[in-house]
Amino acid sequence: MARKLTITEKIILNHTGLSDIKPGDIVNARVDIALGNDITAPIAIKEFETIGIKEVFDRKKIALVPDHFVPNKDILSAKQAKVLREFARKHDIENYFECGEAGVEHALLPEKGIVLPGDLVVGADSHTCTYGALGAFATGVGSTDLAYAFAFGELWLKVPESIKVIFEGKPKKWVSGKDLILYLIGKIGVEGANYMALEFSGGTFKHLGMADRLAISNMAVEAGAKSGIFEPDEITDEYVKTRAKRDYTFYRSDEGAEYARILKFDAGTINPQVAFPHLPENSVDIAEASSKNIKIDQTVIGSCTNGRIEDLRIAAGILKGKKIARYTRLIVIPATVDIYRMAEKEGLIDIFLDAGAVVSTPTCGPCLGGYMGILADGERAISSTNRNFRGRMGDVTSEVYLANPAVCAASAILGKIAGPEEVL
Amino acid sequence: MIFKGKVFKFGDNIDTDAIIPARYLNDAGEENLKKHCMEDADTDFSSRVGEGDFIVAGANFGCGSSREHAPRAIKACGVHVVIAKSFARIFYRNSFNIGLYILNADTTGINEGDLLEVNTDNGEIKNLSRNTVIKANTIPKFMSELVNAGGLIGYAKKKAGAYSHD
Repeated sequence: MARKLTITEKIILNHTGLSDIKPGDIVNARVDIALGNDITAPIAIKEFETIGIKEVFDRKKIALVPDHFVPNKDILSAKQAKVLREFARKHDIENYFECGEAGVEHALLPEKGIVLPGDLVVGADSHTCTYGALGAFATGVGSTDLAYAFAFGELWLKVPESIKVIFEGKPKKWVSGKDLILYLIGKIGVEGANYMALEFSGGTFKHLGMADRLAISNMAVEAGAKSGIFEPDEITDEYVKTRAKRDYTFYRSDEGAEYARILKFDAGTINPQVAFPHLPENSVDIAEASSKNIKIDQTVIGSCTNGRIEDLRIAAGILKGKKIARYTRLIVIPATVDIYRMAEKEGLIDIFLDAGAVVSTPTCGPCLGGYMGILADGERAISSTNRNFRGRMGDVTSEVYLANPAVCAASAILGKIAGPEEVL
Repeated sequence: MIFKGKVFKFGDNIDTDAIIPARYLNDAGEENLKKHCMEDADTDFSSRVGEGDFIVAGANFGCGSSREHAPRAIKACGVHVVIAKSFARIFYRNSFNIGLYILNADTTGINEGDLLEVNTDNGEIKNLSRNTVIKANTIPKFMSELVNAGGLIGYAKKKAGAYSHD
């Protein structure tokens, strides 16, 4: 009898010429999309040019998204963005986006239907795992890996073991995908899924939308995971059917497939989470975080984790008619141009501006301490982003607390870490 | 290969922002990466580290971003081998791809300033300061072939050569 396979093993197997695979095998896998950004692709392009192959493997299967330091923050960043542009022009790369049509890569690619269920995606960015939300195998790699994928359309991969994570029950009000993933990382730790695939399932996800799944898969890497995948369903189909311009495949794990671990949680008992400095695993309930009276200097709402329209709607719902605390800043960054436009049409931008926020063009910006929203020494931020490492958003003595957009919005109003119910 | 040098010791969860902060990622040049390597974990690391020295760490070294600048920065400092209890996966593959040796071992008994002699072929780590020998976990065959081919680009060049003869 053939071995029962997980969704991850099935997708990888179907991208090789092999008849069977098992965790631990190192395989050469065909790549559907190879992604790079303005930080990682310049190195990949330089390395690609040393290999001795003149043409990229497929001009339609490469995505180049300048997003980290654009609109260009300085001359050096401008040079890096220029490397992408010139390479895209030379090879006529179909999925190249200037900043006026783009946004944060991991919000953009699903939105444009560039990554689809059943795909095998490699990206020179650790949050490439976001696309697992669509039922794709997607994983972060390095620049040299990307160069190799540009040349040959394939890459070496170790087939990962899987951890099945089941959430059952209806989540409480204000609990989003972000809270479930912060809660999980708090339980298993930042190394809890190292080298493994996280596979999410359970009834909870019928109550949450695609934005929540994208936020969960996005942060799989914060538990060390190689990928974070959802079995596609009607919610997936609803999201992709109007966006896809090519065929896609829904894979499912076999009944009886083997897992390294199976974890079950009752989502109905989980509260909004706040991850304290300096690791995403330092998550606590909002009540505990709020009780500590932690003053903040800056709030960031945006990023590939929580910069989607659903996130902005939640934040605007809390900020409407209110002002942020004096001597603090709120930076709102719609993750893509389309999200920005929707927010404008829905009146969300006005709500943010009236509250005293600054609204930025789409960029990764402050999430990685790149530019536009950098913290001074000793300053503290609450942020809807994904990492709170030491010095991540600025000075090495600054601090980042991670939370969902509702908690961020409430905290901005009170100037201290607070839950949404404290301001409504 | 055999390397001899002194130890720069770090703790658990040394992330890629500590290895090379994002504020310097607007320049992938070797000089820039070298100058700021480990800056947020050890301010003057780059001025003290020498050719052949070792970075020795606890668990989950290199967690966080996929930035290949991290292993490149370490290599630019003259460090050829990083020894840790465990590594984050993207850092691990990046290191092999660019030819930085990565050894998994119990680093508890290795301290800052110890003099080590490390054989990357058999994974033997001799602590000359403490007269102890520990053994690193073996590297998968494919991975050592990769390093021996000069990293992934060396491997790619061979493959590209094969293509052109088709």
